Amino acid sequence: MRYEAPETIETAVTLLAGEKGLAHVLAGGTDLIVQMRTGRIEPDLVVDLKRISGMREIAEENGGYRIGAAVSGAEMGEHAGLKALWPGVVEAAELIGSTQIQGRATMVGNLCNASPAADAVPALVAAGATVRVAGPEGERDVAAHEIPTGPGETSLKKGELVASVYLPARPARAADAYLRFIPRTEMDIAVVGAGVYLALDEDGVCSDARVALGAVAPTILRVEEAAQALIGSKLDDEALDRLAAAASAAAQPIDDKRGTRDFRIKVAGVLARRAAAKALERARANS
Amino acid sequence: MSQIHVSTTINGDAVEYLCDAEESLLDVLRDRLRLTGSKEGCGTGDCGACSVMLDGRLVCSCLVLGAEADGRTVDTVEGMAKGDDLHPLQRKFLEHAALQCGICTPGFLVAAKDLLERNPDPSEEEVRYWLAGNLCRCTGYDKIVRAVLDTAAETKGA
Amino acid sequence: MPLDEKPDATKRAFDVVGTRPLRPDGIDKVTGRAMFGADAFASGMLTGRVLRSPHAHARIRSIDTSKAEALAGVKAIVTAADFEDRDDDLRDVLVNCMARDKALYDGHAVAAVAATTPAVAKQALKLIEVDYEVLPHVIDVEDAMTDDAPILHDNIARDGKPSNIASTCEFGHGDPDKGFAEAEVVVERTFRTEATHQGYIEPHACLASVGPDGHGELWCCTQGNFMVRNTCAQLLGMDFSKLRVTASEIGGGFGGKTTVFLEPVALALSRKANRPVKMTMSREEVFRASGPTASSAIRVKVGLARDGRITAAEAELKYQGGAFPGSPVEMGAMAAFSCYDLENVKTFGYDVVANRPKQAAYRAPGAPMAAFAVESVIEELAEAIGMDPIDLRLKNAAKEGTKSSYGPTYKRIGLVETLEAAKAHPHYSAPLGPNQGRGVACGFWFNFGGETCVSLNVGKDGTVGLSLGTPDIGGSRASMCQIAAEELGIDYDQVYAIVADTAALGFNDVTEGSRVTFSSGLATIEAAREAIKKLCQRAAIMWDIPAEAVIWEDGHARPSGSNAGDFEPLSLKEIAAHSAETGGPIAGHHEINAAGAGPSFATHIVDAEVDPETGACWVTRYTVVQDAGKAIHPSYVEGQFQGGAVQGIGWALNEEYIYGDDGTLQNAGFLDYRIPVASDLPMIDTVIVEVPNPGHPYGVRGVGETSIVPPMAAIANAVSAAAGVRMTSLPMSPPRLLQAIDNSRKQAAE
Repeated sequence: MRYEAPETIETAVTLLAGEKGLAHVLAGGTDLIVQMRTGRIEPDLVVDLKRISGMREIAEENGGYRIGAAVSGAEMGEHAGLKALWPGVVEAAELIGSTQIQGRATMVGNLCNASPAADAVPALVAAGATVRVAGPEGERDVAAHEIPTGPGETSLKKGELVASVYLPARPARAADAYLRFIPRTEMDIAVVGAGVYLALDEDGVCSDARVALGAVAPTILRVEEAAQALIGSKLDDEALDRLAAAASAAAQPIDDKRGTRDFRIKVAGVLARRAAAKALERARANS
Repeated sequence: MSQIHVSTTINGDAVEYLCDAEESLLDVLRDRLRLTGSKEGCGTGDCGACSVMLDGRLVCSCLVLGAEADGRTVDTVEGMAKGDDLHPLQRKFLEHAALQCGICTPGFLVAAKDLLERNPDPSEEEVRYWLAGNLCRCTGYDKIVRAVLDTAAETKGA
Repeated sequence: MPLDEKPDATKRAFDVVGTRPLRPDGIDKVTGRAMFGADAFASGMLTGRVLRSPHAHARIRSIDTSKAEALAGVKAIVTAADFEDRDDDLRDVLVNCMARDKALYDGHAVAAVAATTPAVAKQALKLIEVDYEVLPHVIDVEDAMTDDAPILHDNIARDGKPSNIASTCEFGHGDPDKGFAEAEVVVERTFRTEATHQGYIEPHACLASVGPDGHGELWCCTQGNFMVRNTCAQLLGMDFSKLRVTASEIGGGFGGKTTVFLEPVALALSRKANRPVKMTMSREEVFRASGPTASSAIRVKVGLARDGRITAAEAELKYQGGAFPGSPVEMGAMAAFSCYDLENVKTFGYDVVANRPKQAAYRAPGAPMAAFAVESVIEELAEAIGMDPIDLRLKNAAKEGTKSSYGPTYKRIGLVETLEAAKAHPHYSAPLGPNQGRGVACGFWFNFGGETCVSLNVGKDGTVGLSLGTPDIGGSRASMCQIAAEELGIDYDQVYAIVADTAALGFNDVTEGSRVTFSSGLATIEAAREAIKKLCQRAAIMWDIPAEAVIWEDGHARPSGSNAGDFEPLSLKEIAAHSAETGGPIAGHHEINAAGAGPSFATHIVDAEVDPETGACWVTRYTVVQDAGKAIHPSYVEGQFQGGAVQGIGWALNEEYIYGDDGTLQNAGFLDYRIPVASDLPMIDTVIVEVPNPGHPYGVRGVGETSIVPPMAAIANAVSAAAGVRMTSLPMSPPRLLQAIDNSRKQAAE
């Protein structure tokens, strides 16, 4: 295996595109190195992004934030502006692993690892995040949810990498929240995750919403019916019941070592409801 | 396969080594530099026994490549005591009997030191969540949490 | 001076025992200097790796190692062919270390390689070709007992037919049928527990070196270096005296390091390569191939008279102990009703084999599952007659003179004292919040003594070196230093203890059975008393008076009375300084096969909170009350209480071996084998009860194991109260708990 730590995106792309064998991008390494050590993957080339300028920065852009691919969860949690704007995304990123993992793990890595149970992804999708893909043909911006296409599979082409994620400006009276269920208090992979974004009009009626679920399907689910259950309501119990029912109905989980199908279906509804209540509280505070 | 030359700073000392591209920082510390205070309990970032500081960030050294350390600073449990003077956490861990077998102790000490440097007066809950990535199978964590809280209290009172 | 036959330990005033000094190995362990299993290196050292079966059950048709042998850097490869087959009681150990004709579980070792680097070793494993004939497998204990189950071993038969039931056992007295007929309330339930792993943070590791002259050196993390020596020497055909085994610092064991896994393999590789070989298990290997405990299915039936007296009790226990006979069902059957004074009691156990790793001892092996079942039924009976659960237990509690359910009559024991202390504890009467419940449960462990040997050497500077043969797994060197200091009447700091290698000391049984503080403690007391005798003799020579005229008091030799002469007392240090002139080195030594270990009983109180919408469950408060007999170092006694309780919390709530349909282990890592983390837990409150053990001069009882016996039942009782539904399967993981809550609500609605 070769290890390269280029200083420009162009070099990184050239290296990735030119590798005949298996090439992987190294950001935080908390998934990649585990997979290497357990023998699940044996890359011929690893390209470390951390020495490329901008990769470890959080920059303000058009009222939102651009977050470099190598920014760790801990660095996001320490950024007051980002935390105030998209607390749900930050709390999702901060839920990934222990303090030690937080020192390394990145949101972009979480996205590109393409686990159906990734914590950051439902929150990114709910927040309407886009990512900037760099590749041999230049850069393109795509919606975050378009990156993972199945467990461990992404839409990235040979030589492409995700250079940054962009969280847009947030309207007034809007907020996001992310909740997940794990058996312990820490150190587990989500058994179910739920990200909710909602916006209120001046009368407190929900004018916009996005609901995304994790670990209940091969990819993160965007649940339009659940969002519709909220839009037009004042998020009363009845609307929240409809949201929960829609979330449960959309879930298509499997039985595995982390939970049963029935459990995930039920808890998807419970968490969507609780996340919506949390987002509502925040949205009211943001008026 | 040619090896990678790395120049780094470990516990304040300039160190150079050659390593394979696949090799973890933990492997380098233990097998090449014989700094065996950092332990491998899992190799997958789930136990925290290999905790070190990398450029001032708490990380699992099993999930860092040795090659990544080039030009960076690494701090391990071996650098905690200054000469004869134990770090207050090391002293409190002994006083509180916060170790039974001691295999997890280096990782807990490195992690707890980072916590107290960032948050000199943590609550019990903050200590427990900060240390959730450090597994201990002997103590049930009670005496570890007390040792950390007592270190904070003593430092504050001093 | 003989060991005190009937000590009145309660009256004895101690100077050092009962205090909390710093441990002698402490500095090394907080600075990273302590040397654990994987921390040793040797010149020319090779890396050893094991090839493991990917199948749960498969016939090994052939193993072709030729390609691996041809790989540059490969220095030795071993398979079962490199170990002579045997038909004694070590055969299962041998076959578990290296599969012979069949792979019996996912992860079973089939070959091993030693190579110049880890990378070469890894590559070599891929080049070894094993031709497997995959066979049907069985994982569940009750499935394994059925007539049409896949059979693991042709030589195990029952009623003339091949069977997976390796043996049965039976304990009890009286006439349970008569007792049940007298009962007014009878509760009968079936419980299930999943296999759990000891979960020590240090994976198995060793460094072996065997030369062409047949001498061997082995460094390894083990609970018993003498056991390792005897076992490995026999498996490899070596002389005991030519294999020196040094116990490294040990990073947790809990029973799981009381046998051998890598050690014979490393020695065989080293012998073949004629180079030192270091082997370490990955965490995945630890889970797949080292000892979990048994899984179980247990039926319990208990009858109660209206006044709360138990009229009869019976239990049927089925324990699956992995691919070889030897599940701890016998100890489970013995311990099940050990807390009660019963007229009519019977337990029956089945030892069952299945396609899982061979179980290894895990803290009070066999007892926690049995206690989970029995103490759950006791709680339910208390509810049924509206009696306080502690009062019900007090009414039926075993005490001095009770004939135990497994046979012997108890000497002085402390169960009643723990129950009374629990009842009086503020925790027991504290108010509970919404969705919270409280549970209590009792537990027992036999405790063991066993073969033990200690040397105590007095240095010319007046310090004392103590050589122990029982690896220190949780602070025992500190306790031994305290005991030696107590006997000699010197300061704790004047004593330093080490764990000796197998060439330096006589045979010692393994650190297990909560035996070290008791047995090594006894031997230390006797070794110190022998040294005192010699110190008195030397003082007599210095004073030129008869040895009988010298006594030892407060760390000094003194004339026994005024007619013995008028001499200033001589300190240990002063006598030691002149030892060359008075006869040479001064040492005490003692060998013992210790008997008289007293059982330790405990009562635990738990509060749990349940989220009825998700099945999430937390322990919010926990109190351990346990009889320690006499706590030598109270901090480490508390540590044992707390550690056992938290392992029990893990077993109760989230830990389990999860198998796929193909019989492979699905969660061989700390990510999905979910041991408790710091943020899951409250402080674990402890109460040390001291009811002296009549079999020990200080009253010491072992404390390490009892603490894991009550937790699962106590937590199940708390969770059942919080959730409003009786939980009978472990772990009570969120999916199980939520399903139970939903089912009970559905039933209530119908």
